[in-house]
Amino acid sequence: MNIKEIKAQFPILSQQVNGHPLVYLDSAATSQKPIQVIEAIDEYYKKMNSNVHRGVHTLGTWATDAYEGAREKVRKFVNAKETAEIIFTRGTTTSLNMVATCYAREFLQEGDEIVTTIMEHHSNFIPWQQAAKVTGATFKFIPLQPDGTVSLEDVKKTITDKTKLVSIAYVSNVTGTIHPIKEIAEIAHAHGAVMCVDAAQGAPHLKVDVQDLDCDFLAFSGHKMAGPTGIGVLYGKRSFLEKMVPYEFGGEMIDFVELYDSTWKELPWKFEGGTPIIAGAVGLGAAIDFLQDIGMDEIERHEKQLVHYAMEQLSAVEGLTIYGPKERSGLVTFNLSDVHPHDLATVLDSYGIAVRAGHHCAQPLMKWLQVSATARASFYIYNTEEDIDALVKGLLKTKEYFGNVFLG
Amino acid sequence: MSSLDDLYRRVIMDHYQRPRNRGEMDQDSVTINLNNPTCGDRIQLQLKVEDGIIKDVKFIGEGCSISMSSASMMTEAVKGGTVEDALRMADLFSRLMQGEEIDDEDLDIGDIEALAGVSKFPARIKCATLAWKALQQGVHDSAE
Repeated sequence: MNIKEIKAQFPILSQQVNGHPLVYLDSAATSQKPIQVIEAIDEYYKKMNSNVHRGVHTLGTWATDAYEGAREKVRKFVNAKETAEIIFTRGTTTSLNMVATCYAREFLQEGDEIVTTIMEHHSNFIPWQQAAKVTGATFKFIPLQPDGTVSLEDVKKTITDKTKLVSIAYVSNVTGTIHPIKEIAEIAHAHGAVMCVDAAQGAPHLKVDVQDLDCDFLAFSGHKMAGPTGIGVLYGKRSFLEKMVPYEFGGEMIDFVELYDSTWKELPWKFEGGTPIIAGAVGLGAAIDFLQDIGMDEIERHEKQLVHYAMEQLSAVEGLTIYGPKERSGLVTFNLSDVHPHDLATVLDSYGIAVRAGHHCAQPLMKWLQVSATARASFYIYNTEEDIDALVKGLLKTKEYFGNVFLG
Repeated sequence: MSSLDDLYRRVIMDHYQRPRNRGEMDQDSVTINLNNPTCGDRIQLQLKVEDGIIKDVKFIGEGCSISMSSASMMTEAVKGGTVEDALRMADLFSRLMQGEEIDDEDLDIGDIEALAGVSKFPARIKCATLAWKALQQGVHDSAE
């Protein structure tokens, strides 16, 4: 696999920012898009655009084929049993809210428990927190190890027969921790609980097999995996999706509409009220083709190598604190001495280096880490060791810069 | 001067390292807590207003050099002055952040002009305006 060739397929990465070649290290926020994805969306609008599932005309058939074709690509990508289990959504946030609203709020009650961790992204935290409030269920957290991982011992202690739902990120967007989802799902199921997975940071970087993980729900976004914004996926086992109520009511999702009651379309369309994000789905399909041409194993291997190199190089920067475990997915969250991460990110940006600074939508975790904010560099298939060298160089310049200001 | 140097003027770093009016008041004050939900900066601002005069003002908070130095400068500028002037300064500051020239004003804004460089960094304007937003809200609450 030639990274330089892969990188060349991302038009945005060839430009200069603030007079320097762009070094994009914010893929955990959103990844860049290869030309294949941009062209697929372009082609769709130029040649096929039409509404799906209703047009008798030819364009309607083409659009429907493209949209449903993308669903089949997603099915294969996560190895779901059938396309009925793949629902297109606006993104991970919507997918998780659908489970919280249409499953947790409907079927949980006082005395039940919802289990998660305090290191979740807000989108895998607040939906459950609020569902617990409404239903009277108890909201519980698996304790964290000092390095930001969870131990299966603690998982076993936290999940009880009262637990009805467990929802955990596949990969943490702050520490890069890869959670043992398969093992946690097994424990959850042994207690009769439903297992939901926030795979926003997992699906872009690791091979996801919902049947092997045996999770009941799994959510992810297109835009973090080389696809467009505005499209995401909720995978759900048929048995759960069947008994859930629809999320939105309106066109596209109905079977028969009477004056005082209505019936719903079959899965997955029951959950896709309104004209769907057709071009987004087409773009996601193209992104999946792109990733699978490279191979998810290759992507994982490349990122592992890159993050290993990054940890090694960054550890050598004096005054740098890295948060999270040694073994991790392709991101590094850190602070540099007394320099506030916003100031750090502004100076790096002046060298064309894009990193994230802030609380990364994980305020409870920031509290646990006892920091108000951190900086994060995150990698994807197009990043190289040179990008990490540029980051290290930028950090040394930042230190020098603020050292001068502070001392001056 | 590079735009980066313009952003991090020495006077800004001085306020960041040696913040003025940092602390808490216990009596007769109005307390405002504000944060920037996107980045985690937070400020607690306390105001003591008597007969239309800002008798005392104190802040504590966490954040980047821009947000904390702006808070320090703001307290220095408004302390001892009228509420009316403070609100005019808030308005002027907001125009400064939009990149407007503000020489024609009769208000003495002291060190604050050093923050003019922030206007060239759109992502950082929110950092600079946090303390002023807290001030506006505090003045509003004091009047009630």
